[in-house]
Amino acid sequence: MIEFLQHLGENTRTSFTKLGRGTFFLLQTISGIISVLARPRLLINQMHSIGVLSFLIITISGLFVGMVLGLQGYYTLSDFGAEEALGVMVAASLVRELGPVVTALLFAGRAGSALTAEIGLMKATEQLSGMEMMAVDPIKRIISPRFLAGFLSMPLLAALFSAIGIIGGQMIGSGLLGVDEGAYWSQMQANIDFQDDIINGVIKSIVFGFVTSWIALFEGYDAIPTSEGVSRATTRTVVNSAFSILGLDFILTTLMFGD
Amino acid sequence: MQHTSTQDTLVGLFVASGIVGLFFLALQVSNLSSFVERDSYTITASFENSGGLKVKSPVSAAGVKIGQVSAINFDPKTYQSVVQMSIDSQYNTLPEDTTASVFTAGLLGEQYVNLEPGGSEEFLKNGGKIEITQSAIILEKALGQFLFKSAEEKK
Repeated sequence: MIEFLQHLGENTRTSFTKLGRGTFFLLQTISGIISVLARPRLLINQMHSIGVLSFLIITISGLFVGMVLGLQGYYTLSDFGAEEALGVMVAASLVRELGPVVTALLFAGRAGSALTAEIGLMKATEQLSGMEMMAVDPIKRIISPRFLAGFLSMPLLAALFSAIGIIGGQMIGSGLLGVDEGAYWSQMQANIDFQDDIINGVIKSIVFGFVTSWIALFEGYDAIPTSEGVSRATTRTVVNSAFSILGLDFILTTLMFGD
Repeated sequence: MQHTSTQDTLVGLFVASGIVGLFFLALQVSNLSSFVERDSYTITASFENSGGLKVKSPVSAAGVKIGQVSAINFDPKTYQSVVQMSIDSQYNTLPEDTTASVFTAGLLGEQYVNLEPGGSEEFLKNGGKIEITQSAIILEKALGQFLFKSAEEKK
């Protein structure tokens, strides 16, 4: 019994210290962003490896998710004779939920894990300490550009995902299943609100970009500098990112679409 | 330097395509394009019951959309619903005795205001009021009347 309590206490203490370190790390990273702006080359490099290289998986997934939505939506809606509402269904589910959430999950798997492994290995091979020895701040030089790049890439990727998904749904809906193309677009335009749907979706993806980049970088920076430690940190990045994305999505949805 | 310039190009392409995606969502998918203030004039109509009419519901004449509902208020004196509509100013030849009715597009579709032009020589102006209106058909009410009637007949 005493042992159990001791464990519980220890776990509470370690999770709080980790949260504290994480917050401190985040503040340092954000204050380091100013010096990134003076060296845009670092940002461009990271935008390339985080954003551009995720481009393909995001667009292809978006296309297929949109096409599946088109098919499934058509099967259900045609039971009610409401095939014309397919455009609304596809667009609303993509813009509000699937766009930001699936993009963030894919992003955590594709870019987040790579970031953690990269930073963790830098730490394990003492590159970060080497930088400190040369009076180069690794936060400013390594972490902040990656954070900013992830934060900026996410809304762009999510917008692409939704846009391509809607086109995919249209391809299946009006190309294959014979939904009227004009009805697809006009019903969509009549029912999707710019403020309520598009802007809220973008806000979601900004929040997810922030959280995913933070978790990935912190787990890497905080990893135990051994090969096992790095591997565990990478796993934690993906798991924790997925949890926070889905949890935050629920909270944001209740706040945004509750009225 | 070849390497960095291709990298620049790729990042540029990525950012540009992301922004194009956002614009696509804003203009093609959502109703942002109807936010653009077109020249319009306002007319009002009072309905006994405006049913499920909403702000931004379409206003159409002969099946063509010519404007949208801009406000719906309850008038505490007449107990009627006052619907304000903004009509595109290119359609400024609606006669004064135009009839406004609240219709439903299809069985489950959204509700809209239908304007049926009369024969008057005078046209509705900005701030004009449509006198002849027909309320929305409330499905529950119609069903209730129907059931009541069929019960009466059985007796």
